[in-house]
Amino acid sequence: MTQWIEACGAGDIEEEDLIRFDHDGKTYAIYRSPSDEFFATDGLCTHEKVHLEGGLVMDYVIECPKHNGRFDYRTGEALAAPVCVNLTTYPVKVEGGSVFIGID
Amino acid sequence: MAGMVIIGAGECGVRAAFALREAGYEGKLTLIGNEPHLPYERPPLSKSFPVEMKPIAAEQAFAEIGIKLLRGVTVAQIDPEARNVLLGDDRTLAYDKLLIATGARARLFPGMEKALTLRTVDDAKALLGAITGQTHLAIVGGGFIGLELAATARGLGAKVTVVEAADRLMARAVPVEIAAVAAERHRAEGVDLILGEQVVKANENSVELADGRVIRCDLVVAGVGAVPNTGLAEAAGAGIANGIIVDHAFRTVVPNVFAAGDCCAFPYRGRNVRLESWRAAQDHANHVARAMLGDETAYAKSPWFWSDQYELTLQVVGLLETDKPFHRRELGDGGFILFQTDENGRLAAAAGIGTGNAVAKDIRLAEMMIERGSAPDPAKLADASVNLKALLKG
Repeated sequence: MTQWIEACGAGDIEEEDLIRFDHDGKTYAIYRSPSDEFFATDGLCTHEKVHLEGGLVMDYVIECPKHNGRFDYRTGEALAAPVCVNLTTYPVKVEGGSVFIGID
Repeated sequence: MAGMVIIGAGECGVRAAFALREAGYEGKLTLIGNEPHLPYERPPLSKSFPVEMKPIAAEQAFAEIGIKLLRGVTVAQIDPEARNVLLGDDRTLAYDKLLIATGARARLFPGMEKALTLRTVDDAKALLGAITGQTHLAIVGGGFIGLELAATARGLGAKVTVVEAADRLMARAVPVEIAAVAAERHRAEGVDLILGEQVVKANENSVELADGRVIRCDLVVAGVGAVPNTGLAEAAGAGIANGIIVDHAFRTVVPNVFAAGDCCAFPYRGRNVRLESWRAAQDHANHVARAMLGDETAYAKSPWFWSDQYELTLQVVGLLETDKPFHRRELGDGGFILFQTDENGRLAAAAGIGTGNAVAKDIRLAEMMIERGSAPDPAKLADASVNLKALLKG
């Protein structure tokens, strides 16, 4: 059963940026794309478990702030060394100005 | 087809092997490493305890894409006429193209021969494994490695003394303002920093200073820079000047022989530079792989460094001139970024220090501006209310 958890207000994230969201002992990254869509992934880079929060979002790519590993945050796909393991992604919906992520 | 041969299985050699496959190369590919281990990442060695050996890629990943990895094998000689390399076990290995990615080794000045050094995972295990809360560790050299090690050793409860010949820390790499933040943090941690003092002799249990003082301790480590491993290249006829001289596509003057990573001196904005940098090793690798397949595009990536000391991270991008002025942007929480522009107003370098990853995003944006040749308004660089991403896109 997917549980929908309210993560933040849609206006809390700047366009082409991300914020951190912690819930139930896990940490996530919530993204707002340049085309005003929302996405969610695990918060920690798959290379050295650094939080992606301080990383740079350019178009649909999040780059880890520590060692510049890159992921497509829509699919979680690892795009460039040193990362080779994909990020887990989560479904997102926006309702009433709030962003919800779907967690199994 | 004899195929591609890469000497050196560090960050650069390994990435180059993978990059050759990513670029579509399907022929024979051999990677020669002189350490017995699966190739591993070096940056964590000075930064964390227990020592973790983090493989650059899983063992099966090499086999899956047909990279023949020779471990614990040395190279005795390159024969550029016959186009082969003579291995330490007397085998010869023919090549079509050869990449020298032999890296660098720890430097020791005369009188320091008895000091420990930190370069390999075996060095790190021997050194950090010997440190306890009762240890007094003396570190010769206040550069990145020495200071990261100082922070790690403090985390283990050791008493730490750092002796640096310059009158400040990290004089080669960062502006004085950033060195001052690091120095204050180390002193707050109880590290005894002795600046502006030459070491005349490093023994196993003591360090002798030029002013006559003797520091008695349990362990002595030297972190006074690195020397590029150029012997094989030099014997094969390559030019050497603080590294193996290469052109914009990492070609040496020896036909079919390339060099990349810490061992090479490459052209960057009108001068020849040699870096000791994990990121540059990867960037060089990606570029040289394509060059080995015939692409003559000029390398244009900027140097990029980082260091972790306690909760602080510093990052540097571009080539800083530490004696020239900076434009300072305050990030809050004590973090800041220093930007440097060249004589044409173009952004040339940026350096920042802060807690955790506070400076990462802005340094990355600075890197993109440097590579695009942007000439941002210095007042906007210094104004934290101006989003750097907007400056980049503007």
